[in-house]
Amino acid sequence: MKSPNAKAGSIAAYILIGLGGLMMIAPFYFMFVFATHPRDDIFKMPPPMWFGWAAYPMNYGLLLRRLPTFWMNFFYSVEVAVITTALQLFFCSLAGYAFAMYEFRLKKQLFATVLATMLIPPFLGMVPTFVIMNWLGLLDTHVALWLPAAVGALGIFMMRQYISSAVPKELIEAARCDGCSEFRIYWNVVLPLLGPAMGTLGLITFIGSWNNFMSPLVVLHNMEDYTIPLALRSMQDPQNTPWGAVMLGASLAVLPLLILFIFSSRRLIAGLTAGALKG
Amino acid sequence: MATTAAHGATFSPASDPERAYEAVRAKRRLQLQAVSHVLMIAVALGIGAFLLKTGKAEVTTERMMYVEGVWLAIGVVGGALFAWLLPYLVQSKNSAPYVFVSPFFILFFIFGLGPILFSAILSFLRWEAASGLSGMEWAGFDGWLPSNYVYAATDKLFRVSLWNTFIVAIVSGLPQHIVGMPLAYFFHVAFKRFRNAITGAYFLPFITSSVAISLIFNTMFSKDFGVVNAGLDALHRLTGIGPSQHIDWLGKAPYTKPAVSFVVFWRYLGWNTVLYLSALQAISKDLFEAAEMDGATRWQTFSRVVVPLLRPMMLFAVTLTIIGNLQLFEEPFIIFGGSNGGPENSAMTTAMFMFKYAFEYSGEFGTACAISWMLFVIIALLTWLNNFIFARSGGAEGVA
Repeated sequence: MKSPNAKAGSIAAYILIGLGGLMMIAPFYFMFVFATHPRDDIFKMPPPMWFGWAAYPMNYGLLLRRLPTFWMNFFYSVEVAVITTALQLFFCSLAGYAFAMYEFRLKKQLFATVLATMLIPPFLGMVPTFVIMNWLGLLDTHVALWLPAAVGALGIFMMRQYISSAVPKELIEAARCDGCSEFRIYWNVVLPLLGPAMGTLGLITFIGSWNNFMSPLVVLHNMEDYTIPLALRSMQDPQNTPWGAVMLGASLAVLPLLILFIFSSRRLIAGLTAGALKG
Repeated sequence: MATTAAHGATFSPASDPERAYEAVRAKRRLQLQAVSHVLMIAVALGIGAFLLKTGKAEVTTERMMYVEGVWLAIGVVGGALFAWLLPYLVQSKNSAPYVFVSPFFILFFIFGLGPILFSAILSFLRWEAASGLSGMEWAGFDGWLPSNYVYAATDKLFRVSLWNTFIVAIVSGLPQHIVGMPLAYFFHVAFKRFRNAITGAYFLPFITSSVAISLIFNTMFSKDFGVVNAGLDALHRLTGIGPSQHIDWLGKAPYTKPAVSFVVFWRYLGWNTVLYLSALQAISKDLFEAAEMDGATRWQTFSRVVVPLLRPMMLFAVTLTIIGNLQLFEEPFIIFGGSNGGPENSAMTTAMFMFKYAFEYSGEFGTACAISWMLFVIIALLTWLNNFIFARSGGAEGVA
């Protein structure tokens, strides 16, 4: 029993939201379009609105000329993201398991500390992290990227929530009665049950590591060591940025995430907001 | 012979063959575990050494060899200790949890708490990184205040950057919530089949690399040939609304802040919408239906029922926005290709100002740390103020 007025209003709302959605996607669309046009075409009025495949090989050649290390940088990004993710999954689930299933002294305080570390703004540690990495001899290495990120408060929190809801305590008691060592209980009994949570945490960590700009900016100083975000930025040139090639590089860097996101957006969004809901 | 003897004395629990067998087995298991740990660590060390090699393209300099040696030594000694101790520690229900949570705390002390405490100390020192440890000296006081803080605060750029940060934080932050909340409600009630698709579209900017985004917007905001100006042009020709001339978004001081604010708004709108959406999904649908049954329009339902219910999430989301926006760095840093922040430093945020001191003014680390602590205090104060206002205006239920 809606009045025509309300109906018109809701149609207008749909249109507005549709336009908003287009606005959200448009920059990505233009990125892919520009990647297939030479610089001169991009700076024409009106700008290109559709793919022009002819310039694609040229842009690719230009990209590799301006950034000979592109695929190496790409590989480093993969490497750092994979290592970070693997370590996060292991250490976060281990700590989350301890916080969910054990009773031990200082448990509350330790867990509060874990949560409190989430509030520390990253820029506060920027300068001293540089100094400490220098002392440890980790400057200009990728260890400096994945070692500090090997375990995180958000991951521990997520894992604790999941384990306390999905793993029955009786199961662990039973395993203990059968003579399992504590680590074996984790490895053989708890870990196989963590599939969904591991998937979500893995996604979040991988994306975070892939996009990380701040820590490589502080820690890496040679172009051949760069991860992909730094490498892309280094193509910027106040005079003469080869925008077609830059956009091609950006597209190649965004593409893996885009594919990952299309298949996992629901789980990713649910995982990211779960912490906010319960916390 | 021993087994028969033990078998004869079944009454004594100590000589129970089952027990004895169990003990032997437990010991064997521990040994096996130790071996497997050593193997695991050997593999880990191998990977570590490999990474050190690949991480540094050429490990030729003497310093790098030395560094690698030290790390390898630490790894071997630590690994052996770890392999020897861990099976015993993990065997006991009482010590195992400490072992399990220790990686977090070890890494947090080295790479989290350590740097922060160090930064607090550094903010009172005068030190250029190049001069080594011996180059550290006490910075002293200017009147009653530590001189690094005075030095940074009296820099004209500090005030400029703070002003820029506040403007961008408000202009990009407020709309995120004003638009995000109704958007989430509309997604919640009006979308069934396409909800995931449309949420995904709005969420996409949030998960994309800030570098890619900033580079795209760099071309889109360009003056003569950018997509944004082309769009405004078309709008002007068709409807007469909007500017008749091209705007130099990134080249003229008055327009840089709106441009940056738009990028930030665009990037985080989806995140806030999703936060509100998740809060809405936790609320029973009956409530909205009851309100509509009572004859409330959708707008009334939204403003009278939904917004009050979203208060706890609002506090959380606004807090995140305050914390995030005040330390804005990546987007303007990349869009303007460095820490100068465009024409007349009109888009230089405080975090960029700090970066400038630390890594561009020949490494004035002390001043940079002082700046970051001042920014931290401002963020903490505003977060507290936000909490206070929420608690004041909505009673106790608004306080998380």
